[in-house]
Amino acid sequence: MNLKGKAHKFGDSINTDYIISGKYKFKTLDMDELATHVMEDLDPDFCSKVTAGDFIVAGKNFGLGSSREQAPLAIKHAKISAVIARSFARIFFRNAINTGLPILICRDADRIDEGDELEVDLSSGLIINRTKEEELKAEKLPPIMIRILEEGGLAEHLIRHGGFEV
Amino acid sequence: MSEMTLCEKVLARASGKDSVTPGEIIEAKPDVAMSHDNTYLVYRSFVDTGATEISDPGSIAVVLDHRAPASTVNAADSQKEIRRIVKEFGIGRFFDVGSGICHQLLVEDGIVQPGMLVIGSDSHSTTYGAVGAIGIGIGAMDMASIWAKGSLWLKVPESIRLEIAGAPRLGVYAKDIALKMVSELGPMGADYCCIEFHGSYFSTPNLSERMTLCNMAAEAGAKCATVPSRFFKNEVTHSDSKSVRACELPDDKAEYGRELSIDAGALEPLVALPSLVSNCAPVSSVEGEPIDQAFLGTCTNGRLDDLMIASSILKGRRISGGVRLIVTPASREIYLSAMKNGIIETLIDAGAVVTNPGCGPCMGAHQGLLADGEVCISSGNRNFRGRMGSSEARIYLASPATVAASAIEGKIADPRSYLR
Repeated sequence: MNLKGKAHKFGDSINTDYIISGKYKFKTLDMDELATHVMEDLDPDFCSKVTAGDFIVAGKNFGLGSSREQAPLAIKHAKISAVIARSFARIFFRNAINTGLPILICRDADRIDEGDELEVDLSSGLIINRTKEEELKAEKLPPIMIRILEEGGLAEHLIRHGGFEV
Repeated sequence: MSEMTLCEKVLARASGKDSVTPGEIIEAKPDVAMSHDNTYLVYRSFVDTGATEISDPGSIAVVLDHRAPASTVNAADSQKEIRRIVKEFGIGRFFDVGSGICHQLLVEDGIVQPGMLVIGSDSHSTTYGAVGAIGIGIGAMDMASIWAKGSLWLKVPESIRLEIAGAPRLGVYAKDIALKMVSELGPMGADYCCIEFHGSYFSTPNLSERMTLCNMAAEAGAKCATVPSRFFKNEVTHSDSKSVRACELPDDKAEYGRELSIDAGALEPLVALPSLVSNCAPVSSVEGEPIDQAFLGTCTNGRLDDLMIASSILKGRRISGGVRLIVTPASREIYLSAMKNGIIETLIDAGAVVTNPGCGPCMGAHQGLLADGEVCISSGNRNFRGRMGSSEARIYLASPATVAASAIEGKIADPRSYLR
């Protein structure tokens, strides 16, 4: 799967309260409404800056904190095509895979700057920075996770296989 | 057969294997699966999988604690739906509004026992390690897969052996040790790992303190944290199942990815500074910082001993003018005991607002949110920006003793002067 868009840059330890604040997660389960509040405490205009297909690019430990699945879901509904980070917190990581939000672990994510035009090949993990004419490589995910992502999430995976294909 | 850590033993049993190794991906069947107010989200994902029946309703627990009683009409609608789902699918254990916090209830009721695998759709599910279980936090979709198939995918974590030695000095509590642990490890120092606790600190069994430590392990990114039951054999109910009981202790020659130690006897009272839990400093370094709110409660520090410590400090005193002290007991049982012991009376006399048992204002849903520019000292587990209301408020984390002392002075205070 090939993805194209520009980078929206964030730092280290972006927690789930920043991604979608608890005060909204309890208000509604309408993910499109939640999507308008993504990253609001860090950048009140974030949602309006996103063009469909753009990427969130962050530092270490993206998504630490609560187990709220609304975090990857709201990012997905904000039309972000994938999150590229130096590392992910574990619950966010599995929630992203289970809800079909592509994630890439890239040690060189800090070489990407705000606004850089990126192209990403999910199956190979290749990230091409068109602005800097540079190629970066993301870590390969275990096969089960790639399969769940490609199938669009865990619900689809379970329907298709009747169980886990570990 | 290779020697295994406690976590590896539990995961091997839960996946029907003789042994597992760190990094391996397994399909595991939990002994208990808990979800809270996010149960409606779980249900929606469960419907998405095409399932029409819960695989093992007896193993499912549902607790309404996060915004209980309902703070909005939306919350009320969702809780109404959850009650219907519990009935329709014959869910084994249901704790309605007012019962208390999920992690507290599952331990208090003896539902979680040593050697069990407990999966919770809450990040502080690490707490179950306090009774020698393996508790892992996941999201709603994973919980839906447990409802539908009885199992979920898990990566076997590497184990960290963390030795806590010595006895804490006056004014130092499990919370201070936990803050030290998180600051030593950093916010991702235990990411994808199981922390297995050992050391002389555990030689005096204290369930509440172990819960505080296992709970806060999540703030270092730990997947789970556990204390082997040899330290508290007679304090908890053990499983009737032989195979579960066989997973209570690690093997003598188990391999650990890392070994760390903390000298509890060398610590002084600590606080986590805004807005990262690992951002710890001695309370003495921020003494005098004015506060607007003090919060005593949560799955970290809302238990009877926590309320008792606070009330011993507040007895015969008043909280500072202009400061709110919010007290949220972690369960109904704790609330009732605190009433019978006169603790609640002491706290109210001192000026506290006591809420019903539940999560209280910890995650910013209700019962005491913060305004722009306000400062709160909390016995909870997270101090992220915006966690308890305004993103312009600042949150310090500390032990119940430090919270109580600070409420009296209206500024961050060292509890030791109230304990001598």
